[in-house]
Amino acid sequence: MDLYEHEARALFEEHGIPVPRAEVTDSPQEARAIARRLGGSAVVKAQAKTGGRGKAGGVRLAADPAEAERTTRRILGMDIKGHRVGRVMLAQPVDIEAEFYVAYVLDRAAGRFLAIASAVGGMDIEEVAATRPEAVVRVPVDPAEGVTSATAGAIAQAAGLPPQTVDVLVRLWEVLVREDALLVEVNPLVRTRQGQILALDGKVTLDDNARFRQARWGADSISYDDPLEAAAAAKGLTYVKLDGEVGIIGNGAGLVMSTLDVVAGCGARPANFLDIGGGASAQVMADGLSVILSDPAVKSVLVNVFGGITACDAVADGIVRALDEVRPTKPLVVRLDGNNAACGRTVLDEHAHPLVEQATTMDGAARRAAALVNTG
Amino acid sequence: MAIFLTKESRVLVQGMTGGEGMKHTRRMLAAGTNVVGGVNPRKAGQAVDFDDRVVPVFGSVADGMRATGADVTVVFVPPAFTRAAVVEAADAGIGLAVVITEGVPVHDSVAFTSYAKKKGTRIIGPNCPGLITPGQSNAGIIPADITRSGRVGLVSKSGTLTYQLMYELRDIGFSTCVGIGGDPVVGTSHIDCLAAFQDDPDTELVVLIGEIGGDAEERAAAYIRDHVTKPVVGYIAGFTAPEGRTMGHAGAIVSGSAGTARAKKEALEAVGVRVGDTPTETARLVLSLLDTVHEASEA
Repeated sequence: MDLYEHEARALFEEHGIPVPRAEVTDSPQEARAIARRLGGSAVVKAQAKTGGRGKAGGVRLAADPAEAERTTRRILGMDIKGHRVGRVMLAQPVDIEAEFYVAYVLDRAAGRFLAIASAVGGMDIEEVAATRPEAVVRVPVDPAEGVTSATAGAIAQAAGLPPQTVDVLVRLWEVLVREDALLVEVNPLVRTRQGQILALDGKVTLDDNARFRQARWGADSISYDDPLEAAAAAKGLTYVKLDGEVGIIGNGAGLVMSTLDVVAGCGARPANFLDIGGGASAQVMADGLSVILSDPAVKSVLVNVFGGITACDAVADGIVRALDEVRPTKPLVVRLDGNNAACGRTVLDEHAHPLVEQATTMDGAARRAAALVNTG
Repeated sequence: MAIFLTKESRVLVQGMTGGEGMKHTRRMLAAGTNVVGGVNPRKAGQAVDFDDRVVPVFGSVADGMRATGADVTVVFVPPAFTRAAVVEAADAGIGLAVVITEGVPVHDSVAFTSYAKKKGTRIIGPNCPGLITPGQSNAGIIPADITRSGRVGLVSKSGTLTYQLMYELRDIGFSTCVGIGGDPVVGTSHIDCLAAFQDDPDTELVVLIGEIGGDAEERAAAYIRDHVTKPVVGYIAGFTAPEGRTMGHAGAIVSGSAGTARAKKEALEAVGVRVGDTPTETARLVLSLLDTVHEASEA
């Protein structure tokens, strides 16, 4: 889960990393009051979980409280790369003398975290890495040792960062470990003309798997852009809305992704990704199908299940349950193979719903579901 | 011969007495796996009756190894306890730990994979279906009745895609199928499996299944170019998947790859790997290449 900038800022502050004074709001009037509290002028920053906010006009300097209110009004509701801006953060402007980049990121291949640091901050770090690779320092972190002052000192020295950043590097590692983060990034980390080190902007990605031991995350901390995604999440399903017409449901992320690809290969567009997971019950299947059938964009539905642990007869029972509850008007193509497939097929044959047809292969099922988009 | 797991393997199950552990121990036994014990500190000294086989429960992995000579453990314990379970197994000096558990925090996976490496324990997983050497042994949750023993080796991140390919190629059969798991950090990589399959006389051809994210497939491609002489057939899932979780700007700096399905397919094709567009087409490529191998060896 990615955090908003203001959430990352709050985590940094909690762990003793110096940050500029700032407050967050969704109200232009409140923004005026915040600017006044910050001393008059403020940087108004759109809160959206995407890069390029500055280029999109989502980050602006307001010279006084009245301008802060006007600017906030302009930024709220803005669409930045598909993310609607619901809140802004107002931060106290700082006099920047130098900008740096520091991050800890997972190196999947090495199975450990990597410190990345550069004295060239504030820019797109990918671009810096591409054009001036020598300016970006990468240091693997030993999982057993973590980042001590000594390690941090070595990282800072290698990257050409001032000595005051060593403490930030140590504390940033604490954020990564204590908060179960997969990524912590400060860009830019700045030195002000007054000689102060400040984390001006940050990005934090938390590990969803660690939710069980990070109590304060709470379910309300996740926001869904799409009502169908929210409905699916409430039922514990992994659902992603896409912009096509073929509703897709299957078991296992790999097989569902593959099903999306095969449908696209047949010239149709998938309407969603929906994984009912391993060993799914009839109820899970029924819930999943209900979500898909309630999507007005869906013109046909493809159910592709290879039962490993999942029993195909339970899947078939779930399909029948959903058909009875939702009373669909869209055709369904069902492909069941693997564990108890024969039983599952019999359940559907006996139910004999006029909108349901079965296919014997994955490719055949995809072709049929794609063809039905135009007849449905 | 197969890789990592044979009929000689003596298998412990950590978390055997839990719901999932019971269900899958029963299946493993039915598939011919030599399950020699379960591990649960609170139930040490008890035994579990699986129809015609009584399996003893030990208080620790070390106790189980001493009593049975076990060399493999399959881990079913919940995410909060997985790290401790794997560290215990590595400390006991077991050769292979297959971690089925889904939802393990990445910081824990980083810690126990690196720890196990120092101790000389191979980890498969976490969040994986395990591995099967058909007709010999099954360590994990892969259904044993999909396929039979044969000459294809398979390595995959995804469980159900593995099953799909096993099913497509059920008439050919497999030496060993390894589900390495789809988590960002796993103990055994595509490359580790490719190396083992290359050295395995029972494996004639390798199927490599990948999916979007990370750069494991790109690395595997480079490894194939330099070290693998056996034919490899690939399949990549995720061409139409939405962009996954962002890893920030730093993600691509680490790997130097966009992690897209297209980038992976191109990397594999550039080193001569045939990549199927669908699982079924992938199976067809395997069949045609096996024919070619045989014609060449007969000529």
